[in-house]
Amino acid sequence: MSSKKTLFDKVWDSHVVRSIENGPDVLFIDRHLVHEVTSPVAFLGLKNRGIDVLHPEKTFATADHNTPTINQHLPVQDPLSANQLKALEENSKEHGISYWGLGHEKNGIVHVVGPEYGITQPGATIVCGDSHTSTHGAFGAIAFGIGTSEVEMVLATQCIMQAKPKSMRINVEGALSRGVTPKDVALYIISQLTTSGATGYFVEYAGEVFRDMTMEGRMTVCNLSIEMGARGGMIAPDATTFEFVKNREFSPKDEALDKAMTYWETLYTDEGASFDKEITFEAAHIEPMITYGTNPGMGIGISNDIPMAEAVEGGAATYRKSLQYMNFNEGDSMIGKDIDFVFLGSCTNGRIEDFRAFASIVKGRKKASNVTAWLVPGSHQVEAAIKDEGILNILHESGFELREPGCSACLAMNDDKVPAGKYAVSTSNRNFEGRQGPGSRTLLASPLVAAAAAVTGKVTDPRELMEKELA
Amino acid sequence: MAYDKFNILTTTGVPLPIENVDTDQIIPARFLKATERKGFGDNLFRDWRYNSDGTPKQSFVLNNSIYGGKILVGGKNFGSGSSREHAAWAVYDYGFRCVVSSFFADIFRNNCLNIGVLPVQVSPEFLHKIFSAIEADPKAQMEVNLPEQSIKILATDEKESFDINDYKKVNILNGFDDIDYLLNLKDQISEFAQNTPL
Ligand code: SF4
Repeated sequence: MSSKKTLFDKVWDSHVVRSIENGPDVLFIDRHLVHEVTSPVAFLGLKNRGIDVLHPEKTFATADHNTPTINQHLPVQDPLSANQLKALEENSKEHGISYWGLGHEKNGIVHVVGPEYGITQPGATIVCGDSHTSTHGAFGAIAFGIGTSEVEMVLATQCIMQAKPKSMRINVEGALSRGVTPKDVALYIISQLTTSGATGYFVEYAGEVFRDMTMEGRMTVCNLSIEMGARGGMIAPDATTFEFVKNREFSPKDEALDKAMTYWETLYTDEGASFDKEITFEAAHIEPMITYGTNPGMGIGISNDIPMAEAVEGGAATYRKSLQYMNFNEGDSMIGKDIDFVFLGSCTNGRIEDFRAFASIVKGRKKASNVTAWLVPGSHQVEAAIKDEGILNILHESGFELREPGCSACLAMNDDKVPAGKYAVSTSNRNFEGRQGPGSRTLLASPLVAAAAAVTGKVTDPRELMEKELA
Repeated sequence: MAYDKFNILTTTGVPLPIENVDTDQIIPARFLKATERKGFGDNLFRDWRYNSDGTPKQSFVLNNSIYGGKILVGGKNFGSGSSREHAAWAVYDYGFRCVVSSFFADIFRNNCLNIGVLPVQVSPEFLHKIFSAIEADPKAQMEVNLPEQSIKILATDEKESFDINDYKKVNILNGFDDIDYLLNLKDQISEFAQNTPL
């Protein structure tokens, strides 16, 4: 047996409390993030068993999935949503868990606030009852989404039973072209692998492109790991990571930091360590991406045409059903298609860098009159930065408004629903049928593509608008 | 949460030969607002099953009374998308005890195993045989034998075995859940917790 270990092995192995023969490992969890939708039944389970949360200090709760993104100071109108929020508040209080509810200064999307406050740290194991927990892998953490039974399990025992996944390394070499963002890199990889291409694997992203990426960008990429079926994705922590993590409220300080750094600096894949699967892509092949179908794997470079059914792998019947839902045809060009809504936000692209990118395109232009735009910061901290950096002024001058933080139209559990038959260019992560409201049609894209659509009212290559800037 | 033990299940199947059935289709997000685990079966496949005015869509398989039984047979990559256990709850609450597909999304599979729905992964060829058998006779019986880890089409006697790890198998056969197991490890866990670096 080789002693060479992957980054994933190092973090996983150091968290195994016990291995069950021909069964799962018992994995210790360092940080448990909780939100209102997937936790109430888990807390009810604890109550029925008559037990407490084992480590409330490792557990953090925020309200995001269900919350309104306007008038957050008023009582929540929907009685069912209000009830879930109340349940989380009461459960948190009862078990001594920090709760960042609606109106709290630290409130925001669970995967945005975790890193912002230093809860997310390299080498940690992090779970949450939300599949995009993979976001936190950007810090070199093992982070994955879990179901409600598992939420109860972690609340009760701080452990989870998991079979160790297989390992995959995805390298992207070279440098990204102008107008190509981390979102495009992820959508490109998913389009190549399909939505089940990494099922059963935990992915490590490596290569120049990720080394050069900001933490925000790395979070976007790791966030989308689940959309290729992977349990999670991670990137080895480096100077960029350490710089980001230090000096945040919950990150280690002084001696604790020295101790943590000693551990963090061991977190890389040893040279010669082997993966169950390894794939390499060239950055130069990636252009701004957009999806045309009803899963995130149905994406193309924005200047390409929608593939013919014969050209796609798998069932032509499923493929045609999907295009029919979107009311698109095989061979259509995406450019020039009329759109109705633009959604900038979510744990995929609701961070400050995403708002900067959006503003860089809309600056000096006007929102198209046929477009309803929902710009939703991922947290209050992002909202504050938007104001401080003068981005809010740019948005206002271009005819856009900013909403209050939350998941919003990413899953449309609140009132932010795209009406049936309408098209939305969205920076979120899922274009499933009805994801953004019953009958809604979603085109996933980067903040740059979303901005270009917002000012032109149709699908537009953002590089055209960027080029004009230079002229 | 306790669930019914699973041993040998002989029943008919409901065919859903669509690939990449995601959890937003199994249970749309707007039905995730409950604080108790109740009534999710009513909204299983809500938007495929009902028109926006609440009338049933006759073309959808769950509204077709010739099909029934405790096995849901789906296309490849079943249960992709969100981690919502509500999707597995909806499947269970509707009355299914087993989902058969040629490929499952990870989290959905785990969620099923945790609540007593048995995910049975078969080869694409065998899946095709099952769909054909149901097409030929909607009342075609199948036998899912967990102790033996096999699934059989009774009419043709065709059979295939499936994988499940020993630990989960014992749990599902007995209706145990993981939390009972972990609570017994309390001392080992707290000792471990003292020595974690973070
Ligand atoms: S923004 Fe969307 S994907 Fe992210 S946590 Fe919220 S609902 Fe989940």
